[in-house]
Amino acid sequence: MQIGVLHARIRLEEKLILTELEKRGVDIQRFHIEHAPLSLDQGGVPEAMSSVDVMLERCISHSRALSALRVIESWGIPCVNPWRIAEVCGDKMATNLALSVAGVPVPRARVAFTPEAALKAIDELGYPCVLKPAVGSWGRLMARVSDRDSAEAILEHKATLGTYHHSIFYLQEHIEKPGRDLRAFVAGDQVLAAIARHSEHWITNTARGSSVTNYPVTDELRDVALRAAKAVGGGIVAVDLFESERGLLVCEVNYTMEFKNSIEPTGVDLPARMVDYLLEVGEGRELLPQTAPTPIGVPTAPIAGGAS
Amino acid sequence: MSDAIQVTAPCPECNAAIAREDGVMENEILPCAECGAELEVTALEPFALQLAPEVEEDWGE
Repeated sequence: MQIGVLHARIRLEEKLILTELEKRGVDIQRFHIEHAPLSLDQGGVPEAMSSVDVMLERCISHSRALSALRVIESWGIPCVNPWRIAEVCGDKMATNLALSVAGVPVPRARVAFTPEAALKAIDELGYPCVLKPAVGSWGRLMARVSDRDSAEAILEHKATLGTYHHSIFYLQEHIEKPGRDLRAFVAGDQVLAAIARHSEHWITNTARGSSVTNYPVTDELRDVALRAAKAVGGGIVAVDLFESERGLLVCEVNYTMEFKNSIEPTGVDLPARMVDYLLEVGEGRELLPQTAPTPIGVPTAPIAGGAS
Repeated sequence: MSDAIQVTAPCPECNAAIAREDGVMENEILPCAECGAELEVTALEPFALQLAPEVEEDWGE
């Protein structure tokens, strides 16, 4: 079997996965996403990818990964994760909507397109609330909006200084966390492990220096995490959760997850488990979603009298 | 008896000699111990480094 690995910079995560693939004696083909154009012409599969049984996408740039996955999948090469999953998970608003449609518990949220509408949304959600970019990671550019004055200032800055997508205001109810949030690692229909990320700061990303401990995979966590993974299309994902008075709430789902800080506390060889899943896909034992997750907001029946 | 010659490449920021450690991979990110710059391994043979790209807005998980 030949496994393709689509990548840019090699972080420790990619190195661990590549090392695990080498240990298994798998034929590995690496493809640097910046090094070669991808043909959109009919029959455009490059010779170098013609023997790839499954492509693992581990790029650091969401936009590039999403575009590349669309092309590579069009050539009939199964990708982990498929572009549909990248599309939903790469945009927090799309993730939120997919989860809501599937009935997965999430914090209340709003989207608004002008600062004035965003202020109304914040009034509805109540202070404090969280304003975050729909696309982005590692807690970058997130703001906890404490009062009306800070809301007006932050919105004005975003509208004035940001590019157009910073004027698509994604607002989320603030959940008072017990000094931690949770992350569940999912591959297919298995929850591989879970961690708690501890921080005195309200942002608990490990990229921001939070500490990590093992968290038991409880029935509730397994149920919510698997439902969340299914809602975004399956694959290998990391589901971030908040503990709340309403039970576990899913904050977001990551499709190219980082895990280097989670191996030691959980005692789970996450790269090995990811490779297990990858090989199952390559061997056809694990079927990737053949169709997109239910289109978001698209009625299942034609609207009577709708425009043609 | 002589030690194996250590392969190095200059840090493009401060010119410090960066050693090629066993197991290093192409496109891996290494910090320069002297100036702290993030460096990307662009080739193993011959060993070559360049400044790693700055974090972009859509980077992450």
